[in-house]
Amino acid sequence: MTLDPKGAALALHRFGFGPKAGSIAAVASDPLAAVLADLEAPRAGQITNSDLTSGGAENRAVYESNAERLAQQKLEQKRKRAAEAGIDNPDATAMMADKPVTTPPVAGQDQPAQPKPVPLPRQIFLKEARARFDAALDAEIGLVERLVWFWSNHFCVSFDSTVMAGAYEREAIRPYVLGRFADMLLAAESHPAMLLYLDNASSIGPTSVAGINRDRGLNENLAREILELHTLGVRTVYTQADVTNFAKVITGWTILPTVDNPDHGGEFVFNRRLHEPAPQTLIGNTYPDTGVEQGRSVLADLAHHPATARHVATKLARHFIADDPPQRLVDELTQRFLDTDGDLKEVTKALVRAPESWAPEQGKIKRPGEWLVATRRAVGRQGAIDRLMRQQALMGEPLWRPSAPKGFSDDNAAWLDGLAVRLESANTFAQAIGADLDPQAVADNALGPLATQETRLTLARAESKPQALALLVMAPEFLRR
Amino acid sequence: MSAKLHSSTRRELLLGTGVLFAWAFVPRMARAEGRDPRFLTIVLRGALDGLAAVAPVGDPDWIKLRGDNALRLDGKAPALPLDGFFALNPAMPNVHRLYQDGQATIVHAVATSYRERSHFDGQDVLESGLPKPGAVDTGWLNRALVGLASDGPPSRPGRRAFAVGPVSPLVVRGAAPVLSWTPPRLPPVSDETTMRLLDLYRHTDPTFARALEDRLGLAAIARAGGMSNSPNDNTPAIQGGGIEQVRAYFGEAAGAAARFLAAPEGPRIGALAFDGWDTHVNEGAVGGRLANLLGALDGAIAAIKTNMGEAWGETVVALVTEFGRTAHVNGNEGTDHGTGTIALLAGGALKGGRVIADWPGLKESDLYERRDLKPTIDLRTVLKGLLKDHLRVDDRALAADVFPGSEAVAPMAGLLT
Repeated sequence: MTLDPKGAALALHRFGFGPKAGSIAAVASDPLAAVLADLEAPRAGQITNSDLTSGGAENRAVYESNAERLAQQKLEQKRKRAAEAGIDNPDATAMMADKPVTTPPVAGQDQPAQPKPVPLPRQIFLKEARARFDAALDAEIGLVERLVWFWSNHFCVSFDSTVMAGAYEREAIRPYVLGRFADMLLAAESHPAMLLYLDNASSIGPTSVAGINRDRGLNENLAREILELHTLGVRTVYTQADVTNFAKVITGWTILPTVDNPDHGGEFVFNRRLHEPAPQTLIGNTYPDTGVEQGRSVLADLAHHPATARHVATKLARHFIADDPPQRLVDELTQRFLDTDGDLKEVTKALVRAPESWAPEQGKIKRPGEWLVATRRAVGRQGAIDRLMRQQALMGEPLWRPSAPKGFSDDNAAWLDGLAVRLESANTFAQAIGADLDPQAVADNALGPLATQETRLTLARAESKPQALALLVMAPEFLRR
Repeated sequence: MSAKLHSSTRRELLLGTGVLFAWAFVPRMARAEGRDPRFLTIVLRGALDGLAAVAPVGDPDWIKLRGDNALRLDGKAPALPLDGFFALNPAMPNVHRLYQDGQATIVHAVATSYRERSHFDGQDVLESGLPKPGAVDTGWLNRALVGLASDGPPSRPGRRAFAVGPVSPLVVRGAAPVLSWTPPRLPPVSDETTMRLLDLYRHTDPTFARALEDRLGLAAIARAGGMSNSPNDNTPAIQGGGIEQVRAYFGEAAGAAARFLAAPEGPRIGALAFDGWDTHVNEGAVGGRLANLLGALDGAIAAIKTNMGEAWGETVVALVTEFGRTAHVNGNEGTDHGTGTIALLAGGALKGGRVIADWPGLKESDLYERRDLKPTIDLRTVLKGLLKDHLRVDDRALAADVFPGSEAVAPMAGLLT
């Protein structure tokens, strides 16, 4: 049996999250088979070991927490006013009597100051981020997790719009990364996080009951981005009329208000009163008004459109292989997508099997988040999630906070500017743990035969172990994949 | 922070970034004598050029050896005279003042027992105190502490060793409990690190090389223009190892260490490490990069003295490095890995104002392997002398546990007042 440690190291960086100790040797007998086997791992892509709740539950918890804080503040004001007026305040107690008070009273002067509690949304963010980071750390190779990151960015939402951004990834992306594109599309576009992020929750059909009564109307944001970013691709086969008609189709796709739905607030609902009651024509097809089914039919057709197949194939190849991916590869992935009814596992297999995917040049720069995971895998450390997330944000890729619905860029040029900040992050990381590690051993684990002679020499000549570790994770072979 | 040390929680201590040792052990014998000694070790990682820090201006071969890079008493930036034969780098006026006040001692042509030239192994020998690298994962300072019995409730911070920095240096690690404190400011990316990375990129990845050069250029402009680079800035720019950042970090870390050591209930023994001394290219002993670093170190020593307050009188600070550098300047106006170098001692407890040396000379035939300053003093004799007379570690422990295999290396006497 011939061993291919170089191919193994390349595969681990290109298709996974970088090698851990022993990874290169473990897959050296057949790197291609190992990468394909990653797709067959039981429960691949699922987060199993976590006490995370549903997005709806997170949403309600934050709502309750805010409401309680507000009540507490009002009570304090009332007490203060009463105290100023020199009277007791018996009705305040009565007011709160039937309601459990979960917030402690404000600390008096004789009590030690409490550390400021982490706000609930931040707690949720960190918990979700930890689960995601750990899934990437724990994966043997990590191809399925890479797919999760890719699709989550393709169908991105923002934590700034909704506390459910992390749950969205678990609920709308993870279950489908090895399933059908059509299913992921429906799950993503009908998820409350997406409906809030791209404003469809407040879009109202102009001639719907609510539209007439409230004199409010359509919001085209989600419809446009589905066509432009999620499916067909910009400047393809649709017109402004298609956008407007599609927006009408998905009116009524909204969420249950939390204020009067203590058990289901924040969950998806089709509200017929907001829905534009008419047939709509899109890209040559007419869809009768079948309520929520009207939107589902449009999404199903979009999922199978050749322009969608090409758009998705191009993005996948650009993410994994090259900024300007080889035409033949894009053609093959497009065809595979169309032939398999958008079976993403089959499309991924075609990507992994393609000869272009094994070119020895490391053409792509790891995105900051990927690179952070790779650094921790290389040394077998977990890292504190709040600090990791702060660094990822400083490097230009704040988790679940893209600056636009297009998501974070997959072009190398976008990440070159951040190189110096990455060096600072590498330095901080290396200063904290580098003194305990043998840099050559880490290089063997993380790069193996990918390490150039120049890199090996640079590490050997470093003035300290921390410096060597910083240089190692900043070496081109480690930054690229 | 210093005044509240006794109420600081362990968590607060662990949050900072320098390495001070908070000891669970206190020098009992010294206490019995009515003393309360403080001892701080500063490891200079990367191999300090001892000849550039303390120059043998009285050696007839000196100018010939270093040429334009030689410190001299009549140079543009005149070296600061010490004892007629040696002179101090002019970037270190504070140390010079201490020397004149009898509170600084230099030991020259000194080295550990290590004779190869690997930083990692050299640092391992320096900090572990063993003759060979890779032998143990404890440091001599920690093992010295183990030999000193505790004389108080172990929960008090004063009963522990203390380390400043993101990672406790090996020299203080071991069985004796160590508290570490990390300053709020992390050590900036050093120029050394950046230049090495840039060099690697220039050879292997021109795209990265250009990108990094561009950012460094911007950073330099930002620094020259006095633009802030605060952590709250939304557009983080590279710190680029600007000397101001280095100076601030050195001062903050050393100053904090001193405040901890000075506190009545604080730790008594500590250690920290400063990187950046590996000057292969454009060393800049006079007005250049090394001068800047030495200046930052001089500032750190001044900060220690200030923050120690009255405790300075019972303090010894030992600055040590893994080895020295080549006697000759190399083809890049720098120096390569060598052997003999200096150890710098500062503190009010010293009988200072002296350069201690058995000068080997600088002629080709005087040099170790015809390239390095020949070591004539074993660094262990100096450290053993300090541990014995300052902290009262006994001879047997010094030879058996602290510096195993050093029976033949006697503690140097008379270093303290």
